[in-house]
Amino acid sequence: MTAATVKKKRPFNFREWLKSRKGQQTIIILAFMFIPLLLLFVFTYLPFGEMVKFSFYKMKYSTPVDKRVFVGWENYKAVFSRDDCFGAIKLSLYYMVGSILQLVIALYLATMLSFKTKGGNLFKGLMFFPYLISGIAIGFIFKFFYTRGFVFDTVLQWCGFQLDNLPYWLKDQSINNWSLVASSVWRYFGQNMVLFIGAIMSVDAEMYEAAELDGANKFQQFMHIILPSIKTIVTLNVILSITGSLSAFDPPFVITSGKNGTGTYFVVMNEIAHTSQKVGLASAMAVVLLVIIFAATILQKLFFKYIFRNSDSDDETYDAKKRRKKLEKQRKKELAKQGSLTVRKGAV
Amino acid sequence: MAQQSKKVTRHYSAGVIIRTFIKYFSLVFFGIVAVLPIVSCVITAFKTDEEYMSTNVMTMPESWLNFSNFTEAFTKANMGRAFINSGIILVCVLFGAIVIGTQLAYVLNRFRFPGNGLIRNLFLFATLLPGIAMQVSVYQIMQGLGFINHLYGYIIMSMGTDVISIYIFIQYMENIPVSLDESAIIDGASYFKIYWKIMLPLLKPAIVTCMVLKGVAVYNEYYCSNLYLQDKRTLGVVATSLYTFTGPLGSQYNLICAGVIISVLPALIVFILCQNQIYSGITAGAVKG
Repeated sequence: MTAATVKKKRPFNFREWLKSRKGQQTIIILAFMFIPLLLLFVFTYLPFGEMVKFSFYKMKYSTPVDKRVFVGWENYKAVFSRDDCFGAIKLSLYYMVGSILQLVIALYLATMLSFKTKGGNLFKGLMFFPYLISGIAIGFIFKFFYTRGFVFDTVLQWCGFQLDNLPYWLKDQSINNWSLVASSVWRYFGQNMVLFIGAIMSVDAEMYEAAELDGANKFQQFMHIILPSIKTIVTLNVILSITGSLSAFDPPFVITSGKNGTGTYFVVMNEIAHTSQKVGLASAMAVVLLVIIFAATILQKLFFKYIFRNSDSDDETYDAKKRRKKLEKQRKKELAKQGSLTVRKGAV
Repeated sequence: MAQQSKKVTRHYSAGVIIRTFIKYFSLVFFGIVAVLPIVSCVITAFKTDEEYMSTNVMTMPESWLNFSNFTEAFTKANMGRAFINSGIILVCVLFGAIVIGTQLAYVLNRFRFPGNGLIRNLFLFATLLPGIAMQVSVYQIMQGLGFINHLYGYIIMSMGTDVISIYIFIQYMENIPVSLDESAIIDGASYFKIYWKIMLPLLKPAIVTCMVLKGVAVYNEYYCSNLYLQDKRTLGVVATSLYTFTGPLGSQYNLICAGVIISVLPALIVFILCQNQIYSGITAGAVKG
């Protein structure tokens, strides 16, 4: 008896539940999340797992599953012992220097543009536009730009250099990495600048006025108002640029194809994966770099946290003091104004 | 009084002049740096073969109406087909990414359920994985699914991986008051109706921003499209069509520059039309990242 009633009740209950708020919520949650989670799984986490697995095998793309040879840590050992693999990571230093320079330039220009500027929008647009050009087009543009006797050499000749004294920008191993880094700076400094302008714009404009009333010059305004308030985004970009330099890929891939000692870690990895088809070794390289990137990210976060923990407290009390003083001053001035007004009224 | 104020302004102007000079000097300098490589390309694209061989790259072309390089580049690189393919990919990927992104953001922002935080973190963690490195095994999976050399395979792959727009949507939704949802529920609207009739229209600015950003990224993607759309005759996109100019054509820069300019033009037009959306998208994407 009881079993039968339960059986009867169950479908009824389920339908009821479907109609209830709770049931509808569950349905919409499942329906809306199914596809994105499936895509995330198939194109991000599944490949990630596979990559870790591949790194322990000796295999090609075409090797059938049962013919793959398990080699243990061999691939990882090879990453560190082959001179073309891990050595390439040294090139990241060039890109790190470049990206720090790029951040400085961007910050400088953003500060300039955040004050009133004639043609400010035009400058902003011109400097930002390279960001919207595709990597492959940039490759052609800079191959052309750096070719012997072409654009860059011509411009330098205008400035009084002799062509014979100029190096081959993409062949000469003492300079070619810097040429590539320059193209990367060219591509991204405008984007960084727009980012910083956005952050600076969110600073309360009254702060500048108050500082000006106090007689602070532009540099002081920069140091004490702008820099503290965009600290987070600058820090974030430093972290991003350092991890980005570790995985530098575009400039050498499209401009020199990694020739003449310009092959960064990922360019070497790409070649090993797709030209020599050593999938296992390439996967091991990718995993090694991922570990390095994570370690670098965490270390940097801790580092910045440590730095700002001390200065933060000081800064804030200092700023708070300053702000309070300014407010008091303004209030006094207003009071004085009002006072004079009432006095005048009284006189009339 | 009048004299005094004059003095003050004169005292200011000396410093101001130097400062203004430095400011505009650096702006003009970096402006030129940004434009020079592109301008040199434009100049060269208008030169005939003879002109290109005989004159310096920075001398102006004889005629600014010499479009022969452009037509030649367009046909040689099969850019008509490439523009059609890029167009199809853009429309499908943008539509898919926006639908998926807004739905996911709606669910993550409006409902509390076990796993909400975990899913957010899964998406956030995915941004840390460098794309190029992942392609080694993504390629294997694409092969397994039979997605290589098919437009739909490439479209599906491009749709899923956009974390930044999801974060822009979530951020934007946080500013849409929940009371709107509640009053709609009282009126008897279903959750889907709330998403469709309330959320989507209110999200319009965020959608435009994400479309522009994602659109430019998809249009410019050359590495994945080269890897997964290998049949260049029929499946080439604008970015990969430029690969035609490697090899034997690799030193004919008047032709190459024309090709580059053609491929950059759509981005330039979008940039001129949607400057502000692009800027705000860049800023919004960075704050959360």
